[in-house]
Amino acid sequence: MQRGLLSRPLGLMFLLPAICFVLVFLIYPFFSIFTMSFTNQTLVGAAATNPQFIGLGNYEQLFDVNRWMRRGELGHSLVLTAQFVIGSALIGQAGLGMLLAVVFNGKRGVVRETVYTLAITAWIIPDVVVAFAWFAFLDPDGTLNQILTGLGISPIDWLFDYPMLSIIFFNTWRGTAFSMLLFSSALASIPPSQMETAEVIGASAWQKFRDILLPQLGRFILTDLLLITLWTFNTFTPFLLTRGGPVFQTDVISIYTYRTGLQFFEFGKGSAIAMIVMLINLTIAGVYLLISRSRRQQWDA
Amino acid sequence: MGRVKSLLLLLVITALALFFVLPLLWFVFAPFNERASLGVTLPNPPSLANFQEVLSSELAMRGLLQNSPIIGVGTMLATTITAALAAYGLSRSTIPGRQVLTYVLILFSSVVTGTASMVPIFRLVFDLGLINTHLGVILTMTGGLLPSAIFIMQDFVEGVPRSYEEAAMVAGASPLQIFRDVTFPTMRPGLMVVGIWVLVNAWGTFLTPFILIRDPNLLPAAVTFYRFFDEEGLPQITLVAAYAILYTLPVLLLYLLINWRYGFRFFGGIKQ
Repeated sequence: MQRGLLSRPLGLMFLLPAICFVLVFLIYPFFSIFTMSFTNQTLVGAAATNPQFIGLGNYEQLFDVNRWMRRGELGHSLVLTAQFVIGSALIGQAGLGMLLAVVFNGKRGVVRETVYTLAITAWIIPDVVVAFAWFAFLDPDGTLNQILTGLGISPIDWLFDYPMLSIIFFNTWRGTAFSMLLFSSALASIPPSQMETAEVIGASAWQKFRDILLPQLGRFILTDLLLITLWTFNTFTPFLLTRGGPVFQTDVISIYTYRTGLQFFEFGKGSAIAMIVMLINLTIAGVYLLISRSRRQQWDA
Repeated sequence: MGRVKSLLLLLVITALALFFVLPLLWFVFAPFNERASLGVTLPNPPSLANFQEVLSSELAMRGLLQNSPIIGVGTMLATTITAALAAYGLSRSTIPGRQVLTYVLILFSSVVTGTASMVPIFRLVFDLGLINTHLGVILTMTGGLLPSAIFIMQDFVEGVPRSYEEAAMVAGASPLQIFRDVTFPTMRPGLMVVGIWVLVNAWGTFLTPFILIRDPNLLPAAVTFYRFFDEEGLPQITLVAAYAILYTLPVLLLYLLINWRYGFRFFGGIKQ
């Protein structure tokens, strides 16, 4: 495993183009954000041409206990983001993805192909189109309300009355395909003989899932949860559907950052939020890595 | 008992299918309806008038046939080649900490490419004189997609047996020759997967061109589409409906083709 075909300098040569891209488009913006977060830089006004170093001023303002849970402030946005991530990534995408993978495990045929193709279609369609399709779907005159009316239920203005629920369902619909594909490939790698043996002993469907599938899926579940948590945490697409409203009810962290940095052009404060976002991302990844390390022994056994 | 179970299964499958298909219905019917609204109605009679509306819009067509393809293919080539080289370098040499490296890069990209980095990115691209150019968008997107591309590519490179390369080395081939003639061809599935993944991403990306391009003639379809439903409050629903299909169809067909050709078995390769 550790023997190298390439010498170290030669390996670095292959890495050089990637290193350039990473330095210019990832590392530089990161340090730029870092330094800017300690200034009062804005787009216009005196602070634009001559920004002042204000130390932790932006952070103190963001974490001011008297206001940070108010609507449109950091704490409020973080609570909404947590709801969004738990609802649409952990429960929605991973749960539904697992359900689909297990239901169709070992099956072939038209039904499976149809459902998979539909889910993948939802995943492939570009953001702006998906956003408009859901805008039409949830409109008071849209498809969903047409169906409800047909069932004798009066129409609901989903995006206005249940904005958070709307973007949770939207993001679940949007991203389930990834988890579904990952889990179904993982399931396909489990030898069918194990399931057949369990069948012979008379294990129930739940027992088979818990005792055979789940332990072997462990590492795939972790990879999946890490990726979709990070993606959902950072996604900007809800903006195209609700613009963070109405009245900040879907003001998730990416929209909050955008609003501060690129709509109000408070570059300093926006950068401070970006730093906080990054620390949270690091924490998420750290937790998953810790779990994966402590469980590895068990999986490799 | 068995019948109850299969009935339950049928219900679950039906519910899932409905969940995925219902939001797409409007998208299927509205383009062919001259009087399309936000509700779903069967076009009566079906008409292609909406498509004529799109075809006669110079802005829409330029985004679709010129700007989006340039940005998409450019980003695809830059990202795939760079990622293939990097994944090979990481896999076949003994650079310390290389396993942690991709994890760190992915973390970085997930944070830094978001809305947060758009201010420094904008200034950077401006300083390079690349604002309002396709190249600026291509480079920015490549920088953002690269870590994940390397991550996916690594699994494929690890899957290529070293014995081939060792044999080539014994036969006296140089490292670059080995990469070009042995490894590169054998990792073709990986190149396809990453290439398509990047193309689909670049085709759909909205935020980067939205911020870096101001000239309407250079806008890719993603931003043009957004402008059509964002401008002047009321969206031109008939135009938006037909444009949505034309804009989506290429990536959809490409993806379904790849799925049918290669399947999604490749995901089984993740961290095996």
